[in-house]
Amino acid sequence: MSGETEVERHDVREDGRRPPRAVVGSHRVEEEMFGRVFDPRILRRIWVFVRPYRRQVRISVIAVLVFTLSQLSIPMIIRNAFDVGLAKGAWGGALYAAVAAFAAAIATNYVASLVQERSVGKVAENVLFDIREAMFGHLQQVSQSFMDRTEVGRLMSRLQGDVNAMQEFLETSVISVGDLVLLFGIVGCMLWLDWQLGLLTLSVLPVLFLVRIVWLPRARAAFIAAHETNSITNGALAEAIHGVRTVQGMTRQTVNAKLYDDMAGANLRTHLVAGRYAQVLVPVVDTLTGLSMAVVVVVGGAMVLDRTLDVGVMVAFLFFIQRFFDPVRSLTMQYSVMQRAMASGQRLTEVLDVPLKIIDAPDAVTLPQGTPASVEFRGVRFAYVPGQPVLDDVSFRVEPGQTVALVGPTGSGKSSVMALLHRFYDVTGGAVIVGGHDVRQITRASLGQQIAMVLQEPFLFTGTVLENIRYNKTDATEDQVIAAARAVGAHGFIERLPQGYATELTERGSNLSMGQRQLVSFARALVADAPILILDEATASIDSHSEQDIQKALGVLLNGRSGLVIAHRLDTIRNADRIIVLNAGRVCESGTHQELLALGGQYAELYRSGHASFDDR
Amino acid sequence: MAISKTESPPVVQTATARPPLPAERLALTDTVSWRKAVGTMWRVMQIGLETPWQVTIALLSTLLAAIFQLMIPQLLGRAVDLTQGVATGDRAAQDALLLTALAVLGVAILRGVFATFQNYFSEAVGHHTGYRLRLSYYDRIQHLSFGFHDSVHSGDLITLGLLDIEGARMFFATGIIRFLLLFVLIGFGGWWLLSIDLWLGLLALSFVPYVGWRSSQSQLELRQTWLDLQERLSVLSRVMEENLAGTRIVRAFSAQDHEMQKFREASVRALDLAHERVDLRVNSTAAMTLSFLLAMGAVLLVGGIKVRTGEMTVGTLTAFLTFMTILQMPVRQLGMLVNSIARTSTCGARVFGLLDLEPSVADVPGARDLRIDGPVLRFEDVGFAYPSARDTPVLRNLSFTAGRGEIIGIIGPPGSGKTTVAQLIPRFYDVTSGAITIDGQDLRDVTLASLRRSVKVVSQDVFMFTTTMENNIAYGDPWAEEDAIEGSSGDAQLHAYVDTLPERYRTVVGERGASLSGGQRQRMSIARTLLVAPEILVFDDSTAAIDARTERRILAAIRAGRDRRITILVAHRLSTLADADRILVLEQGRIVEQGNHAELMALGGRYRSLHDLQNRSYGDRR
Repeated sequence: MSGETEVERHDVREDGRRPPRAVVGSHRVEEEMFGRVFDPRILRRIWVFVRPYRRQVRISVIAVLVFTLSQLSIPMIIRNAFDVGLAKGAWGGALYAAVAAFAAAIATNYVASLVQERSVGKVAENVLFDIREAMFGHLQQVSQSFMDRTEVGRLMSRLQGDVNAMQEFLETSVISVGDLVLLFGIVGCMLWLDWQLGLLTLSVLPVLFLVRIVWLPRARAAFIAAHETNSITNGALAEAIHGVRTVQGMTRQTVNAKLYDDMAGANLRTHLVAGRYAQVLVPVVDTLTGLSMAVVVVVGGAMVLDRTLDVGVMVAFLFFIQRFFDPVRSLTMQYSVMQRAMASGQRLTEVLDVPLKIIDAPDAVTLPQGTPASVEFRGVRFAYVPGQPVLDDVSFRVEPGQTVALVGPTGSGKSSVMALLHRFYDVTGGAVIVGGHDVRQITRASLGQQIAMVLQEPFLFTGTVLENIRYNKTDATEDQVIAAARAVGAHGFIERLPQGYATELTERGSNLSMGQRQLVSFARALVADAPILILDEATASIDSHSEQDIQKALGVLLNGRSGLVIAHRLDTIRNADRIIVLNAGRVCESGTHQELLALGGQYAELYRSGHASFDDR
Repeated sequence: MAISKTESPPVVQTATARPPLPAERLALTDTVSWRKAVGTMWRVMQIGLETPWQVTIALLSTLLAAIFQLMIPQLLGRAVDLTQGVATGDRAAQDALLLTALAVLGVAILRGVFATFQNYFSEAVGHHTGYRLRLSYYDRIQHLSFGFHDSVHSGDLITLGLLDIEGARMFFATGIIRFLLLFVLIGFGGWWLLSIDLWLGLLALSFVPYVGWRSSQSQLELRQTWLDLQERLSVLSRVMEENLAGTRIVRAFSAQDHEMQKFREASVRALDLAHERVDLRVNSTAAMTLSFLLAMGAVLLVGGIKVRTGEMTVGTLTAFLTFMTILQMPVRQLGMLVNSIARTSTCGARVFGLLDLEPSVADVPGARDLRIDGPVLRFEDVGFAYPSARDTPVLRNLSFTAGRGEIIGIIGPPGSGKTTVAQLIPRFYDVTSGAITIDGQDLRDVTLASLRRSVKVVSQDVFMFTTTMENNIAYGDPWAEEDAIEGSSGDAQLHAYVDTLPERYRTVVGERGASLSGGQRQRMSIARTLLVAPEILVFDDSTAAIDARTERRILAAIRAGRDRRITILVAHRLSTLADADRILVLEQGRIVEQGNHAELMALGGRYRSLHDLQNRSYGDRR
């Protein structure tokens, strides 16, 4: 399929030149759509989620059986009505009895279908939401390194598409039980009514199975191709919308339109091919149905003429024939559903099985309020990948109320220090000590209460400004929020927003400027009111003009707290109590601004040469 | 260079007052009037009619398939009658049975064949309609103005282009063809039943109005709850997506419990509605089946009595019952027909609403290509306000001139209009008053394509396409040779980085370029722009994330090529502008100071104080 689009692109030529470099839509790797039909390991995992609803499942399986039996009984009742009720000179009440039986059957049918479909539908929805909640909850606990190397889009497709495939599977599974029973029931009834005519009529059934088995792999290839061209074309449209400013700035409209035409054209063609495959079985089913009916008419009719068959049986056969291709069709469809579900189930279990590395130790302590906010790194070693140390024997101490700055070139390990302090990762050697306890011996919740962080990119959530500043400290009063905003100098611009603190922020706070977003995130850190504050390049991406406000805000934030500040612009940290120069994961210089200048090492050299940052060298 | 500590310099007012067109506005509504609905459906049909053969075959096949289907119950009834009331071993009856059987087989095959044609060709018409709608949509999106795109959420545009087109394109199959099928089956079939036995016919058809009404009703309700459910699910998705994207903040604040709480709330809201939908669906299908079976029971009873009294043959009763089973499915589809009409008219109205928008920034009739021999760029008394806020002027009476070979720096506090100046030169927006000219030609009088070929802006936000590095750099010139790509990549200080990538220029960069750092993205964007060698090159704060040393190298490359063009550097770091020939200091949309670095420092005005401010420290708390 992708070969097809590739070829098509050669159509786009201008003045005989070679085809343009095609950049419309994505080179996305599609995920496996189908897995093994049956994988007991995955089924066991899914069963865990179905188990709580096993009563409802049992009820719905019973209901589906009752439903199927009532469906089977209808042609049988009609047969009875014809042969007993309508026969000349027969007992007059027989017809009424048949009609009464009919009424009973449809009442059963009605109740059973209500019970079955309702319980199946709801159980499937419940399981879907339960699986999703389990995955989402698990993702809250997995290590930060897993989150760092996993694309959000990929996780989202697990939480949405794959979970939906499971729901479809559960819903159709129960119905399949009904289909299976219906199929065997029809065969059984026909054989019971007249086994010779039954066998003759049913002889067409294997033909349909054979045809479908030959048809399925081919048709599936066509369906997958159509699905793929679809997602490629949709991806191209999304990209055109997101990148429209670049498209117009680069005047790509004409080339893009041609490339998109190729894609949409390929999409059209693959859909037409898939459509042909989808329809080709219709006349086969119709022919086989016609054939069975013809057999009943000729053979059954002759038997009726010979008085060896009741006319009611012939009529019942005609009714059964009209029904018996339906379960065959939906059962073969269930085959694909199951394969899809197994592939999705595989991916779901992968997420659920991500090991939890950073969990509370059984004897972890809760840091009491008012613990002295000291931080110590004691001979810390750390590597993301074994054998490639990022920090090598790093030791330093931050006394309560002190501000310590970390400087160093990109990749020197500054951000790893911050991540270790908050126990996003565990150290490979040595220890990180907060308030006198090893962080591995502190409950994560109470560690979180000790530390607040401001990151380089202020991340805001959809919701009001108030909700964003309050964040998880839901008991913070509106006055507290306003006081925090005032303290960091955010109150002024928030007041001027259309709805003040009640203004809804759009995606990631895009309706605020970068500086404003950072001020909101400062206020959020202030409301969290943690004794230790981490500032990770908090001013790097801010316009110099806003920086003055930000600097004032930082002063307020750091006041009375222990601060750990990362910066790569040297002039911004001159007033820290201590400056630690990191290089290649080691502490190479440490002291106040004046001391380091006097030392005449790396720091002094850089500072004197007027370079703005470590990365300039 | 004269130092002027000025308001606007005296420039001859040449441009006539030409207020810009209001930006295109998109109305996304859920309700449409009947008139409009009919108009929309007709427009969808017109696109389908571009494939007249397929439409004709589909219509004829539907008609034939329905007629053949109607013949089957009659033939079966006849077969049953043939077995009644004749002596054993009657040859004639047996021959007649054989003939009937052959007829049944033939009719069944023909029905199957025509049903296939019906389905395939009606779907083909739908696919064709979708294809045409997508192309028009894509093309229109690409041409609508920046003002339009500023005002619309990109997610809405994607929904419109995917779901709404999907909702409208199948109208032929789900609307027209289904209507024809139902009309023939119910109309002809009903007429046939009534002509055989009026009362029994009425009884057999009695379930039709109820099922038709009920299924229409429930389809409309289901559609509404579906829309509501989608909305609740999108809230849930947003909660999950933000949580996963902001995982560091969540962990930094130990807010996992809070996030679970948010998740559960959104989840429960969606689940409740999902349950409601199950009830809605199940109740209506069960009720429809019941009413059908009740009618069948009634026919069995009344028909049975009639057979007993000899008023009717067993075969006719069989035909009645068989016909009812055939009619069952299509009648349920009455609801889908209603749904199709609702869907097509609302989705179609939204799609056409966008397709009918005329770009507000477009070529005027008789526009000519831009001719460049200088070039000389002039801002003449330019005033500007964004289309979204026409009463808040961003630029006021701004005038300046730049000639070939010059490097002009622009600086000023946030909101002073720097970016706006950059965006007006390639005419991303039209000026509100005054005029911008290149070599004496008003930008609004030349073709957009020729203007944007000559003027390129490297903007703050870099958009990367999910493709190879090479394709990204060659975005503006897809026919560029590899040497040229590597050359511009070298000038942008990107080449060394690309060399470290596994497949160098053939490396695919991740989803929307996520695998590159901010600085690398900006360098890619610079390479992309340098490749097309524009006559006027504008950098809109496009080195902010690049470290100072690399930035200096890039600026050196830009200086090296200055003679060929006008270069405009918009920046917030003063160091970026160190060797501009002239620096314009903007404040509230006006030029308040201009001159080179030394001159402005000597002037001791705003530039000077900005310079001092940028050399201070942060973290001062005592």
